[in-house]
Amino acid sequence: METDIEIENEQAMEAAAQRLAGYLENGDIVLLHGPLGAGKSVFARALIRTLSGDPALEVPSPTFTLVQYYESEKGPLWHYDLYRIEDYEEILPLGWEDSLADGITIVEWPERLGPLKPLHALDIHIHPVQDKPEKRILRMDSDRLSV
Amino acid sequence: MKILGIETSCDETAASIVTDEGAILSNLVLSQIEEHRAFGGVVPEIAARAHIDHVHTLIKAALDDAGLSAGDLDGVAATCGPGLIGGVMIGMVAGKAIAAAKNIPFIAVNHLEGHALTPRLTDRLVFPYLLLLVSGGHTQILVAEDVGRYKRWGTTLDDAAGECFDKAAKLMGLPYPGGPQIQALASECADPDAARARFPLPAPMKGRKELDMSFSGLKTAVRQHVENLPEGVLKRTNVADLAFALQAQIADVLAERCGKALARFKETYAPETPALVVSGGVAANSAVRARLDALCAETGVRAYAPPLSLCSDNAAMIAWAGVERLRKGISDPLDFKARPRWPLDPDAAPRHGAGIKA
Repeated sequence: METDIEIENEQAMEAAAQRLAGYLENGDIVLLHGPLGAGKSVFARALIRTLSGDPALEVPSPTFTLVQYYESEKGPLWHYDLYRIEDYEEILPLGWEDSLADGITIVEWPERLGPLKPLHALDIHIHPVQDKPEKRILRMDSDRLSV
Repeated sequence: MKILGIETSCDETAASIVTDEGAILSNLVLSQIEEHRAFGGVVPEIAARAHIDHVHTLIKAALDDAGLSAGDLDGVAATCGPGLIGGVMIGMVAGKAIAAAKNIPFIAVNHLEGHALTPRLTDRLVFPYLLLLVSGGHTQILVAEDVGRYKRWGTTLDDAAGECFDKAAKLMGLPYPGGPQIQALASECADPDAARARFPLPAPMKGRKELDMSFSGLKTAVRQHVENLPEGVLKRTNVADLAFALQAQIADVLAERCGKALARFKETYAPETPALVVSGGVAANSAVRARLDALCAETGVRAYAPPLSLCSDNAAMIAWAGVERLRKGISDPLDFKARPRWPLDPDAAPRHGAGIKA
């Protein structure tokens, strides 16, 4: 079942990511869908900071480097940003299989995964709301996870 | 001393030969932008493939241009990070191979240090100086204290300024790379004040004491403005106004942060002739450059911006960083590993505060 969560502002987005962090385990994959400027990076950053246990951790946009690596008590954290990827075959050389084998993988622009998209991933869709610049709807499959 | 520099960390395949007297004997840059344009951005494997195709030809041509052969070199410097790892590896391995074959020193250069040391090549600048490094992958305010010694005073907490130009351009339906497109359209804006009033944009971090920056919110605001425009094909005048507003806002944010940094720089280092260097691809933006020049004029600071060819990614800066390091007796073993992340100031406190709004 799909569940919608209403997010009032950026702080609420961070709080949602912090809650999700508590449920994640090594091997989990979180796919963050949404248009440019929807807040995927905000969500990913809050998730990574909570998982790493360091609220001040520097989490730059991985658009340029494509993947950033962090450490956490639950194992390695892999933060992918596939915005600049055009062909899914370009993803394998980034260490994609290594990250699936060990760690929690967080992916922005997961549409680029194509056939590499893992079946057991948690898809989170971030939808902006017309005329409400701060507001977002988070849609996720609640059978997999209830947050 | 003649040093070969090789740069393959992002879009450009580049090779150059520079002497320890600062003479640029050759400086070749093969931009791959045409190959990337179809994809709306730098596609890493295309980058790696194109680097493989061109790096050897380019090194050979750089030697020919300088009238030298590999046996005349005193060292080889190659960018070993940060950047796209596939690309970095190609230039690094080519450099190591030449160093091994000719039995000359190999110098592993941090791409950011290449930018940071360029004003010493072009203007004989003395340490310390303040540096705004602003490109598609980086937006940082640094103090260059010495070769290999930098203090990072500010950094973007999320997107780089150049990334903001590129992504905003994409939202406006403009081709890659975004910066020049936005600059060209912004110049068509008929009424600057009206454009900025019509398309208000946030001023992230403005007024805060820390020198960090944030550009992600600007991108979000541009998205909202684009969505609020009448549906269908975007009118050129609308996009021109929005481009102007965005460019002006980015220039304002950078100038405001640099103003604060300059005050702190003067207080901390009491330099005889305080200097601000602006480098990186975004330094090519005329609005950004004009705002920073004005700031320097107001505050009695000398502004330096290396010429465009040495300001965007190039190999002369890598060769020069090699000269500077080798002069200090620094070279690197041939098993040096490429570093996708390689901060210039490893001691900089991690930054805190995503979500901080203006």
